[in-house]
Amino acid sequence: MKHEPLLSPGQVDEADNRRVVRAVLALGVVAGISWLLSAPVVASLIAGLIAAVFAWIASNSAGPTPALLPAPPPDVEMSDRTVELIDAVDDVVLIIARHQITHANAAARKLFGAEKVKGDFRLALRHPMAAELIALDQETKVPVELAGLGETDRRWAMSVRRLGSGALLVTLRDRTESWVAERMRVDFVANASHELRTPLATILGFIETLSEGGAAEDPATRSRFLGIMHAEAKRMQQLVDDLISLSRIEADRFAVPQDSLSLGPVIEEVAGVIRSGMRDGDRVRVEIGSVPQVRADRVQIGQLLHNLIGNAIKYGRPGTPIRVTLKTVEDKVQLRVIDQGDGVAPEHLPRLTERFYRVDPGRSRSVGGTGLGLAIVKHIAERHRAALDIASRVGEGTAVTVTFPAVRPGSLSS
Amino acid sequence: MATGHTVKAFDEDLGQLRGLISEMGGRAEAAIIGSLEALANRDVESAAKIVEADRKIDELEAEVERQVVRLIALRAPLADDLREVLAALKIASLVERMGDYAKNIAKRIPVLQDARGMDALSVLPAMGKIAAEMVRNVLDAFVMRDPDAALAVAARDKAVDEFYNSLFRTLLTYMMENPHNITASTHLLFIAKNVERIGDHATNVAEMVYFAATGRKMAERAKGEDPLLGADS
Repeated sequence: MKHEPLLSPGQVDEADNRRVVRAVLALGVVAGISWLLSAPVVASLIAGLIAAVFAWIASNSAGPTPALLPAPPPDVEMSDRTVELIDAVDDVVLIIARHQITHANAAARKLFGAEKVKGDFRLALRHPMAAELIALDQETKVPVELAGLGETDRRWAMSVRRLGSGALLVTLRDRTESWVAERMRVDFVANASHELRTPLATILGFIETLSEGGAAEDPATRSRFLGIMHAEAKRMQQLVDDLISLSRIEADRFAVPQDSLSLGPVIEEVAGVIRSGMRDGDRVRVEIGSVPQVRADRVQIGQLLHNLIGNAIKYGRPGTPIRVTLKTVEDKVQLRVIDQGDGVAPEHLPRLTERFYRVDPGRSRSVGGTGLGLAIVKHIAERHRAALDIASRVGEGTAVTVTFPAVRPGSLSS
Repeated sequence: MATGHTVKAFDEDLGQLRGLISEMGGRAEAAIIGSLEALANRDVESAAKIVEADRKIDELEAEVERQVVRLIALRAPLADDLREVLAALKIASLVERMGDYAKNIAKRIPVLQDARGMDALSVLPAMGKIAAEMVRNVLDAFVMRDPDAALAVAARDKAVDEFYNSLFRTLLTYMMENPHNITASTHLLFIAKNVERIGDHATNVAEMVYFAATGRKMAERAKGEDPLLGADS
């Protein structure tokens, strides 16, 4: 009884009173019976006292009447089948009764760790909003957005439903992806305007300087300024071109290219163009095996190759070879561009194909590029139903693999 | 049967106490992150909400105190139970202070409406992120009764201190450059100081978690040198 946590002082007094009444009753009854059985008065009283002590102890260990116990946890016993079902749900599911977590599914154990989903729900759900909703025993009409449960950068939609037995069913749905998508959209607008504005600011600056006279009269300075302006204007043009082609590829991503194409000649052609623009053009080495044709858009494949080989040249160490290979792997056509450079740390790999994502924002300024190259590659690959894989080892280099499904003979519609 | 009941009820009490602390911590963490976000976005409205929400943390602290007193009076806990109860009491007041610091940051946001393009504004979120992570990790350590995690939290305090020292120098330069910056810089300096104190308090919580889990005191941290503030705590 002393260990009952939820009793108010009033309840404690009441329980104590009952024990006294029981003890006095026991004393009276036992002493009375012994006296009636003609035992000496003193002996009767001693027997009565002993009985009273027993009664006191008995009511102590047996605890108070059931009404004084804390309300037993609502009956949330579940059949094995139900437990199995809850475990199979991908969302985090918790069943909470009287602030205690009674059941946590596999996803919940994975998110919080098995230790935290035992006992008080607040140990796991530390968010103020969660604490309020559950403490108020309220159902949510629409899921509530929460940030930072489990890991800091994750977003959740929490909903609370009341179960028949008085327990609460708390579901957490992972909203991180849509949150990231929304953030990327906002970032895209900010990045695109920033990338366009930087060269524009340079151009305007030089125009101002030239129109003020002075510099315009010195032919060497003038031509240097014009050269810079030209380069910056080119950069803007490249960026706008990239944005246009990105939106165009995205627009017909559902239209799989229908023409069958031999990749080999396209690779040779693109490599030839790139080599002619480089001083050490022989760095680009092409290894073409005999491969079946694929369904592809010639222009887009050219763009994909330009971007991949261009990246390899930018990020590979000067003088190291850049290998472009084409071969058949399990009746699929595998195109691979391999460079030997600094490589990319694993944490950046998943984000490389995001628009304007830069591994090293400081360095990218010097190597140039629009920050859209790999995003375009990704979209072209997707349109061709090809798999894009970027593997990299820091200090060794990067290999980008695009695997095209081969055209089955006779399957071409035309 | 009697002992089983006793232990279970006691466990329930302790569990409730730990739940309260965890909730307080969650609220303090949310206030810290929220106040720095509001600072970055100059969001006066959410700043006002954070100031308002601090009252709940204070209420929770009072509730923890009540629980602890009741628990000691009724159950006379011993050994690790006693350590845990005492640690809970101390942690509650530390977390309450953290909430106050977050509230103080939020209160300064309306004054900083015109402070644009100051370096400190872009450094503070990074500093705040470390402090908020320390709070988060130390609460995890508390929930898991994990002394190693507590040690790891204490080790991170140095990074926050270094941030503070570098911000101090930057803001001092700002003020010397242009007296118009003094108001904003001073407020930013106070905000940086608050974040730094949050880090210190997280370290103190880590010490309590370590003590509750092991019964030993955490080894004294090597004090980082503080060339600018000799008498700083």
